[in-house]
Amino acid sequence: MSKAIESKLLTEYYDDPHYMSFEGYTKRKGYEVLKKAFKMKPEEIVAEVKASGLRGRGGAGFPTGVKWGFLPKNDKKRFLLCNADEGEPGTFKDRMMMEKAPHQLIEGMIISAYAVNAHKSYIYIRGEYTDCLRIVKEAIDEAYAKGLLGKNILGSGFDHDMDVYSGAGAYICGEETGMISSLEGLKGQPKLKPPFPAIQGYLKFPTIVNNVETLAAVIPIIEKGADFYKSLGTEKSTGTKLFSVSGDVVQPGNYEVELGTPLMDLIELCGGLKPGRSLKAVIPGGSSAPVLTADECVDATMDYENLSAKGSMLGSGAVIVIDDSHSMVDLLTVIMHFYHHESCGQCTPCREGTGWLEKLVKGILKGSGRVEDLDLILRVANNMKGRTICALSDAAALPALSFVEKFRLEFEQHIRTQSPVRERETTSHA
Amino acid sequence: MAFILKDEDKNFVLEELKRYESKYSAIIPSLFRIQKKEGWISAEAVSVLSEVMGLPEAHINEVLQFYTMFNKEPVGKLHVQVCTNVSCAMNGGRELAKKICQKYQVKEGAVSQDGMITVTRVECLGACDKAPMMQVNDKYWEDLTQESAIQILEDLKQKVVG
Repeated sequence: MSKAIESKLLTEYYDDPHYMSFEGYTKRKGYEVLKKAFKMKPEEIVAEVKASGLRGRGGAGFPTGVKWGFLPKNDKKRFLLCNADEGEPGTFKDRMMMEKAPHQLIEGMIISAYAVNAHKSYIYIRGEYTDCLRIVKEAIDEAYAKGLLGKNILGSGFDHDMDVYSGAGAYICGEETGMISSLEGLKGQPKLKPPFPAIQGYLKFPTIVNNVETLAAVIPIIEKGADFYKSLGTEKSTGTKLFSVSGDVVQPGNYEVELGTPLMDLIELCGGLKPGRSLKAVIPGGSSAPVLTADECVDATMDYENLSAKGSMLGSGAVIVIDDSHSMVDLLTVIMHFYHHESCGQCTPCREGTGWLEKLVKGILKGSGRVEDLDLILRVANNMKGRTICALSDAAALPALSFVEKFRLEFEQHIRTQSPVRERETTSHA
Repeated sequence: MAFILKDEDKNFVLEELKRYESKYSAIIPSLFRIQKKEGWISAEAVSVLSEVMGLPEAHINEVLQFYTMFNKEPVGKLHVQVCTNVSCAMNGGRELAKKICQKYQVKEGAVSQDGMITVTRVECLGACDKAPMMQVNDKYWEDLTQESAIQILEDLKQKVVG
């Protein structure tokens, strides 16, 4: 059996408890890459990031350098916004990054801000992450005290101010235009694109929104160069990625591996399945990502292209492993409840569709479903795709479609036997 | 009892109004501040805040209603939020929520008779590797069993009672 080797590019020092402090971070060469970056021209940094092939690690996978390149070519005011509103079910990597290495995020952000010429940035952290909010704010204060934020940073002539902003409980604020609305003090409802945030974002100023992991990845790219970064991963999915693995594995947790790592090796790295169990399915990229059957998992590799070719996606890197002890009808009900709860209500297909999907799946689970409901679910879900302002509607439709299409027999059998699946007995961790 | 915004909280709000590029951005932090003191946000609080901030009450209400972390009604001294999203559901999160409700004889979302506990089911809190988990007020408690969760709540109750 092959064994995946962790490739710790971002998480190399995460075992060092002092790494979260300024002293601990600088002992590990922290803020050295920033000095190197200041010797480069901003456009050289953008070019390096573009050449590295780095893609957004929050879920959409959009090339970071290309996004930066959308900014207007002038000196007018613009903002950098860090998306730390981690909410995609199954994802817990950004929380770890902020708790273990807040200065890494700050350094990545200063380099990125310098590259895109932004003099103000915000880190939008989900409200439930109170530890992250405190840790990151303290680290920012420390960075100011050491002259790494504020006026004329390290004598570079570059000024930058940074602040944190707390979310208040809304999945939709992880969508970049929803986040911008929220930061503006409004309901976190997404805005129609175009105009894209890089043209018209926060308070109508050009705004770059990047995920925590994306901004941290800028550091090794500038330190070691685009060619080195590209030597990791696959041709089109370059570098490393943090995967948050949860569900039915022996050792759930965050694992940093090269993109392109076989899914089964990743599961092996997590200690494999629980004893006596067999693999039933894997959700490879957060609950929005279409589910893979055990057969599809065999040759799945954790990169954008392979999962996309399988009709799923890498998403945020949240891998939920499901063994044969779980009912797919039950799990889809949980997922549909989530999207119904989180729909912001702006667009009719999403507002109504998420409600219908939950109602239909719940009906099946509780024993009042009909076989025809399965086709109705597919019809409703297909009508929700690509018809709304943001991607939440698709995020609800995709799991509904994939669960019902790939596990249709199980759904039909459940309906026919009409016996409600009993919620599983609690497993004891004693 | 009428809501009174203490001087220190008023000063906090006034500082937040200066902190961001838009005055509106101060609404969320100000609501959090009130909730931290009062446990929830009443209509009177919104009205006072509107006056202090110079922003329409309707707008503050809109923000208040949109976000799930703001309590629109009083909650118990221990606000127990149990994650029941996928990874926690797979590890007994739903049964845990039920168990806590049973133990403290309280319906989901309501306040227990002694004013001590409110239990709510919440969506993914980003602790999926340590499922099931709950958040009690600000703090995360992870890798729970029904027994360990009840023990934690009993200890916290003792602390609150003093």
